[in-house]
Amino acid sequence: MLSGILIFNQKGENLIFRAFRNDCRPRLADVFRIQVISNSQVRSPILTLGSTTFSHVKHENIYLVAITKSNANAALVFEFLYRFVGLGKAYFGKFDEEAVKNNFVLVYELLDEILDFGYPQNTETDTLKMYITTEGVKSERAMEDSSKITMQATGALSWRRADIKYRKNEAFVDVIEDVNLLMSAAGTVLRADVNGQIVMRAYLSGTPECKFGLNDRLTLGEDNLQPSGNRAGAKATRAAAGSVTLEDCQFHQCVKLGKFDTDRIISFIPPDGEFELMRYRATENVNLPFKVHAIVNEIGKTKVEYSIAVRANYGSKLFATNVVVRIPTPLNTARITERTSQGKAKYEPEHNNIVWKIPRFTGQSEYVLSAEASLTSMTNQKAWSRPPLNLSFSLLMFTSSGLLVRYLKVFEKSNYSSVKWVRYMTRAGNYEIR
Amino acid sequence: MAVSRIRGAFAVPRKGETFELRAGLVSQYAYERKEAIQKTIMSMTLGKDVSALFPDVLKNIATADLDQKKLVYLYLMNYAKSHPDLCILAVNTFVQDSEDPNPLIRALAIRTMGCIRVDKMVDYMEEPLRKTLRDESPYVRKTAALCVAKLFDLNPQMCLENGFLEQLQEMIGDPNPMVVANCVTALVEIQETAPETHAFKVTPTTLKKMLMALNECTEWGRVTILTTLADYKAADVKEAEHICERVSPQFQHVNPSVVLAAVKVVFLHMRYVSPELAKSYLKKMAPPLVTLVSSAPEVQYVALRNIDLLLQKQPDVLSKEMRVFFCKYNDPPYLKLQKLEIMVRIANDKNVDQLLAELKEYAMEVDMDFVRRAVKAIGQVAIKIESASEKCVNTLLDLINTKVNYVVQEAIVVIKDIFRRYPGYEGIIPTLCQCIDDLDEPNARGSLIWIVGEYAEKISNAGEILSGFVDGFAEEFTQTQLQILTAVVKLFLKKPDQSQGLVQKVFQAATAENDNPDIRDRAYVYWRLLSSDPQIAKSIVLSDKPPITSTIQSLPTALLEQLLTELSTLASVYHKPPEAFLGQGRFGAEAMQKAAIEEQQQNARENPIAAAAAAAVASGQAPPQTNMENLLDIDFDGSAPASLQKQPTSGESGLEGLAGTPQRVASPTGHAAPASTMDDLLGLFGDGGGGGMASNAPMSNDDIMNGFAGMNLGGANQPPPASQQLSGQTGQKSNQELLDLF
Repeated sequence: MLSGILIFNQKGENLIFRAFRNDCRPRLADVFRIQVISNSQVRSPILTLGSTTFSHVKHENIYLVAITKSNANAALVFEFLYRFVGLGKAYFGKFDEEAVKNNFVLVYELLDEILDFGYPQNTETDTLKMYITTEGVKSERAMEDSSKITMQATGALSWRRADIKYRKNEAFVDVIEDVNLLMSAAGTVLRADVNGQIVMRAYLSGTPECKFGLNDRLTLGEDNLQPSGNRAGAKATRAAAGSVTLEDCQFHQCVKLGKFDTDRIISFIPPDGEFELMRYRATENVNLPFKVHAIVNEIGKTKVEYSIAVRANYGSKLFATNVVVRIPTPLNTARITERTSQGKAKYEPEHNNIVWKIPRFTGQSEYVLSAEASLTSMTNQKAWSRPPLNLSFSLLMFTSSGLLVRYLKVFEKSNYSSVKWVRYMTRAGNYEIR
Repeated sequence: MAVSRIRGAFAVPRKGETFELRAGLVSQYAYERKEAIQKTIMSMTLGKDVSALFPDVLKNIATADLDQKKLVYLYLMNYAKSHPDLCILAVNTFVQDSEDPNPLIRALAIRTMGCIRVDKMVDYMEEPLRKTLRDESPYVRKTAALCVAKLFDLNPQMCLENGFLEQLQEMIGDPNPMVVANCVTALVEIQETAPETHAFKVTPTTLKKMLMALNECTEWGRVTILTTLADYKAADVKEAEHICERVSPQFQHVNPSVVLAAVKVVFLHMRYVSPELAKSYLKKMAPPLVTLVSSAPEVQYVALRNIDLLLQKQPDVLSKEMRVFFCKYNDPPYLKLQKLEIMVRIANDKNVDQLLAELKEYAMEVDMDFVRRAVKAIGQVAIKIESASEKCVNTLLDLINTKVNYVVQEAIVVIKDIFRRYPGYEGIIPTLCQCIDDLDEPNARGSLIWIVGEYAEKISNAGEILSGFVDGFAEEFTQTQLQILTAVVKLFLKKPDQSQGLVQKVFQAATAENDNPDIRDRAYVYWRLLSSDPQIAKSIVLSDKPPITSTIQSLPTALLEQLLTELSTLASVYHKPPEAFLGQGRFGAEAMQKAAIEEQQQNARENPIAAAAAAAVASGQAPPQTNMENLLDIDFDGSAPASLQKQPTSGESGLEGLAGTPQRVASPTGHAAPASTMDDLLGLFGDGGGGGMASNAPMSNDDIMNGFAGMNLGGANQPPPASQQLSGQTGQKSNQELLDLF
């Protein structure tokens, strides 16, 4: 499997070099530096030289490189590197050159724990945080804890400690949807889908067994279309009532996949605290919260005219926040004059776009921006690639797919009652208009 | 400090970093020592040799501070080899630690011991390993399980003699799923390195154990178990069904590598179950595959390459999912190209309109490589789906009307293939002929000339067009020259009365005034044919061409079958068998040495190109930018440069030929990028328009590249172009020989 993990900064300095096998030589760091970092024409994340394969991922300003010598599992290697990035972020807040330099001891320690002989071991942040900490665990003090920790690190319930107690048992469920839209310049929707995630924060005592129900057709079964429990929930969102077809869903490792496969029941023992319970994808009946009508005219070689209208498609009682429209401008833009009916627009030369911010966007309203960019002449006229217009926003109490949480039941030995909260949010994923 | 100063006076320099570190390491204050260890590790990472500090670092091994211990161990792992004798001093600590009440420390000790590759250490490993394998803590057991694999790597003899293998085999029945996973990992690794040990064999009992552990262990453990299951051949239909049933829930796992591994298991075992069941599994696997396309770009890339393989075996799995493969503006180039490939593969008459609109959009973008590939894709779709051919041709005509140089050129190359597939589009020839002056790439020029020659009887001014080319014959590229030659001969056979003079002129130019043997020989062949019997010449030169059925590249069946068993591995990303890019000795030093030599060779191989380019400049002849395209156009079958221009997919396969060399495997989809490297390289010397080809330098490049283009194993499935049959056959023959060598 993995022969070594290396971390480089952008200059190609080797920040971390951890070999897991004998065949990972220091020389390989130079090879990578020469072949990938100082080679501006890198075109693939995988490079094989001789029998050595370098798989790299770039995050912030560092390169994370996995070295393999065999016909390794490429998907696993990359997924592992991303998991490592995730761990780094969980530990240091930001996983960049500075964080690595300041915490290199901890990084080594982490690597030692998550990889053994090049095989990934436990990479659960919560578990690792129990015994790899920034303060350092003194061996005498932590002895008793340690045996518990190790039990957990390998146990069937590697994600949960046994002795959790809360005075108030609460569970928060956040349904967060990222809408991806690709609309052609003519206004036809080329692609619209929703990547949703259900994030749960569980503050529950003991080892509670939870059952979770959604209004998707998968869990409801094809024939049973309108269950009565759905009505009340339908008020909560403005999306289409009824059931939703989820293309595909994936679950946190705590969910009993076997049970889901046979009985369509999402049943699990949650980890303590925040975790992502499931991810799903929906492509049918996507409610697009915003309609964008964009007219971009290139007039001659010196001027580009914009007229952008954004219309909110959701109920008038809802409002979206932090709506930002990014309107790309040609590289040789000299000056922008803009007018907006709402919000503020500003030209950002470093990103080559006009940023139009609308802090609060009430439903059913429509706002317009018109702008004019005057261009300077360039010595070599290069065609403008016309990148797509990009929209970002967040909208509470609305799900694009129409997904609703029908129930969340908690069963525990002590039979305590628990309070559950559900929140819906729709955000822009890749909301692009060509 | 005083102590260290005295020490320093005896052995080591008094100044410098090492001195300071040493002082810190032996300091009387714990925090200073720890800090010094940290600094030592830091220098180690930076590549400085701090092995001289070995004895001093070693002194800090016995500590209650777990952090410090880990650092010392890390240092030990790196430098044990430099001081094998001193390692013995650490043994005691290790053995003690392996009996520590704290399981974390026990595991740490056994984990590190396995990584210290010194014979003396190995001798002492037996006892601790035996104990930890039976440890009460699963955490220690799972660490010890992997340690057996480490020991086997170091000293197989000892591992076998002490019965560690049997112990591992027993431990597959361990109640803890993670221990099971690690045991399987270790055994599989041992089995791979030394098949004669029969370390790992799946029996009904182990199968059951693994299937049980599958649902409970960590995601990485699942990948291990799934990979093992994929390699296992089910004993009967029932077992295969059972495996599929137990594995398919893993499609819902959040980790893409687990999903891919599960897809692999089901895909391979599906062959044995009933067709209806197999169909339902295929249906079930489509959504998870699509979901993989929204993961991180690198993971996506692996997934896309694998989807490409799956589609070649089961073309209709994803036919409804065209939209997900639409390229996003921010996708890295390697993803975009791969997505195009897949879109063409899943195109059918239902989604073709959608696809064409999208492809047209791509063809308007500015990234040249991507645009070319999009134009090519339109051609592939036209040839794949008959009902869409007219729309495709219209789209291509629209694109030609944009007058963007590289779009026009690529479109013409593509249209030539469409002509070969479907008759009846001759009406657009005049439009094509209008752009004749814009074409500067040999491939595009060649294509247009081929069209003119092929349809000479329908083009009234064919003679006029060709005579223009004949006048500039000496300035053309080799492949264009060959095309001109053939086209003029065709014209002569079709309209003998009008082109007598032209054919004489071109023979004169190709024989007397040309030193290229390929061109000269072909000219002589034609000449003699024409002078002996024009009727025979007609039947040879104007013979029916074998029809093109598809211009989409597919792998040969045998290779595809092999690659399907390698899903989600590097082999599946490269679409090459693992032997093609991996050396033999996985762990040996020889392998390292070999790699170094190969690298050298690679450099040498790359240099001639630069050298040649430089030489061309020196001789005052700027090689035309596009010329380097030749170099990447070498195909599997048409290995002679003379027959290049007719390969519809040659742009791509050429690079794959390049990539197929064991010396260096470039990314398969990146084919366009290296082309631009070359372009850039040559672009430095100015774009020499229609510069002469007489210079030998670029030719020699071709020859070099030919050498390893033939090494590619990826199928020679393109029929040689008919117009090139004469020279094509020889090319193929020699290529066949090369393939035989493998």
